[in-house]
Amino acid sequence: MSELYIEGDPIRDEKAPKGPIENRWDQRRFSAKLVNPANRRKLSVIVVGTGLAGASAAATLGEAGYHVTSFCYQDSPRRAHSIAAQGGINAAKNYRNDGDSIYRLFYDTVKGGDFRSRESNVYRLAQVSVEIIDQCVAQGVPFAREYGGLLDNRSFGGVQVSRTFYARGQTGQQLLIGAYQALERQVAAGTVDMNTRHEMLELIVVDGRARGVVVRDMVTGEIETHLADAVVLASGGYGNVFFLSTNAMGCNVTASWRAHRKGALFANPCYTQIHPTCIPVSGDYQSKLTLMSESLRNDGRIWVPKETGDSRDPRQIPEEERDYYLERIYPSFGNLVPRDIASRAAKNVCDEGRGVGPGGLGVYLDFADAIKRMGRPAVEAKYGNLFDMYQRITGENPYEVPMRIYPAVHYTMGGLWVDYDLQSTIPGLFVTGEANFSDHGANRLGASALMQGLADGYFVLPNTINDYLANGPFDPIDEERPEVSEAVSAVRDRIDTLLSINGTRTVDSFHRELGHIMWDYCGMERNEEGLRKAIDSIRELRAEFWQNVKVTGTNEELNQALEKAGRVADFFELAELMCIDALHRRESCGGHFRSESQTEDGEALRHDDDFAYVGAWEFTGAGQQPVLHKEALEYEYVEMKQRSYK
Amino acid sequence: MKITLRVWRQKNRNAKGEMVRYEVDNVSTDMSFLEMLDVLNERLTLEGQEPVAFDHDCREGICGACGVVINGVAHGPETTTTCQLHMRSFSDGDVIDVEPWRAKAFPVIKDLVVDRGAFDRIIQAGGYISAPTGTAPDAHATPVAKKDADRAFDAATCIGCGACVAACPNASAMLFTAAKVTHLGTLPQGQPERSARVVQMVNQHDEEEFGGCTNIGECAAVCPKGIPLDTISELNQDLLGALANGELS
Repeated sequence: MSELYIEGDPIRDEKAPKGPIENRWDQRRFSAKLVNPANRRKLSVIVVGTGLAGASAAATLGEAGYHVTSFCYQDSPRRAHSIAAQGGINAAKNYRNDGDSIYRLFYDTVKGGDFRSRESNVYRLAQVSVEIIDQCVAQGVPFAREYGGLLDNRSFGGVQVSRTFYARGQTGQQLLIGAYQALERQVAAGTVDMNTRHEMLELIVVDGRARGVVVRDMVTGEIETHLADAVVLASGGYGNVFFLSTNAMGCNVTASWRAHRKGALFANPCYTQIHPTCIPVSGDYQSKLTLMSESLRNDGRIWVPKETGDSRDPRQIPEEERDYYLERIYPSFGNLVPRDIASRAAKNVCDEGRGVGPGGLGVYLDFADAIKRMGRPAVEAKYGNLFDMYQRITGENPYEVPMRIYPAVHYTMGGLWVDYDLQSTIPGLFVTGEANFSDHGANRLGASALMQGLADGYFVLPNTINDYLANGPFDPIDEERPEVSEAVSAVRDRIDTLLSINGTRTVDSFHRELGHIMWDYCGMERNEEGLRKAIDSIRELRAEFWQNVKVTGTNEELNQALEKAGRVADFFELAELMCIDALHRRESCGGHFRSESQTEDGEALRHDDDFAYVGAWEFTGAGQQPVLHKEALEYEYVEMKQRSYK
Repeated sequence: MKITLRVWRQKNRNAKGEMVRYEVDNVSTDMSFLEMLDVLNERLTLEGQEPVAFDHDCREGICGACGVVINGVAHGPETTTTCQLHMRSFSDGDVIDVEPWRAKAFPVIKDLVVDRGAFDRIIQAGGYISAPTGTAPDAHATPVAKKDADRAFDAATCIGCGACVAACPNASAMLFTAAKVTHLGTLPQGQPERSARVVQMVNQHDEEEFGGCTNIGECAAVCPKGIPLDTISELNQDLLGALANGELS
């Protein structure tokens, strides 16, 4: 494998405090330098992305008095893809008196991540979780309530307590609207300059520090430079490398990848989450996959026929001829096992030929028992919008016929490497939310993405960034400096190249083919042979892309084909790194399942002696061998063991 | 099935637009409306023509980015977002007109893409509760009656797509504004700013040159999220109350 990468020096998280875990966040906040309120307005911060992690950070930094410039590619910050999160947000409030605590949320998250996350970070996340709920309620987020007026909770996969706060099946929407309104309040107050329909295409690094970004105005095509004292990337995950995913069409890796090319290490790129409950693919024209919230697994029962090739109407299949395989294999967690386990189990029964629906790529999610037990109105109240969405997309009525579901790419645990302060390996470049790698290890638990995005944006970053900004304001930068003009010309050259190739294939056709390669060889199950094949195919396809892509129109206009082409070009480079990372990690952990490394009954088998580390990759040039830096993971509080949900 | 589209094509904000006719073959009934446009765009690109520009992102009906007028109806024949409209709602041989939202406050940027920045500015004017990060009391400090929480939620599900404006003969954004006024005004947390909020938001609404509301109700009829029309009554009530209290600054 040495032909694919080079092993470099190990790295360490120098910012994580030592001592008892429950004191570490206090300790870091105390040791971090502060910035006098009068000095804050002399300091500027760029925030890229307006999802939960970006909008909350921009609003909070604006409230603190910093001068913030914010960018999003959408026409309004309210449309960032956090809006689509359905199920809920975890918090260790223990409002249910069911034995929950900060420690238990910490423990569940470390275990759920299959012992590949940092204890200090996860503990802080659990601590901050309780403040998030308070903050959101104060903003007017209409969480579900009980008749007594108190907040309601529900359970999610991988845990045995009820700690998930929710707003019907639209929790992400409500939380994002809360953050968006806080952001717009700061726009009105003049502390935040909001730039919609702007896409970051390059990071500006001067004297080793992140000092700005190059963005394209997506309406006029103008290439603009924005300079600041620090840059925050909150640009989301990279699931769209698979073409079909539950991500929004515009989600992309470009901001992160451009930073990676400028020196920020990219950690654990192979850790991707395949969500078990999505609506199956229906045809070649399909542009995206739609998630059905994991919360459905609270009341829905998952099954396939016991016999292969049983094509009867599901309602005609008698109880004793059904295999409720999750309940059978995992009696203590049943239908609420973590996502990686539920997805793989679905794949296994389909591989056995027991899948249902067109192509045999589906399993049933059945609410017949729930409707019998709770009555249809109660099911409607809890899941109505999800059932409507299902019916709209498939044309089938899930109150009558069981839903058909299949796993789909949903979330990426990997991302830019950051220390405890959320600072990347480029000083002054901070990364929050899904764009960083820090808290979920090899698998994220349900309702934890919203928690992490808001923890980072409202509470963590606004504290830790002070420590960096206290050394500023940094020297003003002349736009004529070579680092700035080179970044601008790199952007222009790339655009010119993409527009001038004028080949015979559309951007989408390349993207779709790349997605197939990734899904087949770097998806739910991976092995050495497949990954090597994938790397070769990606290289060939990338070479063809740069010779044969067809992008119509010009730069000086709204040009959606050009936008897509730039994003797909970066996905090609990322895809190769994902495969190299997956190949080098000869173990299974969480969402990364290597068929060579499994227990006798087919569960993920970790190799802690060899792989209990974060794999952080350094870019050395397109098509060049990346350099691997290992950050050792130490577990002082949670004992590393084989995960069991049986 | 085979569909004939007549699509509004407009090069940029200042250019003159026109309807252009396209035939689309092999349309599957399981396709979404936007996937059908994707298929058209793939073909146009390969023929060297410019693909049709349209806004879209999540394609699951929640981000509010998409929205076109289909045969004269905002978001088309089903009460949903354009991305959740499927071709099974049409028949073989149909001729479908596809146009952008049309309103003075939503200038066309290109083809079917319009500028909805006015909505953000209405929110900036007061569509929030001032609760700076870190200042919140415990979430259970103030119970909220379930019916109020539910009412607030129903209003808060607005996705800001703009269909209400496109459907209104006056191009009024009153349903959008009222949804926010009702969401925040129904909750105890929203009370301190309730009067100022409604006055400021309505002022901004008028400054953006949205039309006045004459209670026609087309807005609620096309709203993909079912925002109730009575939110507008609530807005009017709040506004009158605020004006009577001398809140008009």
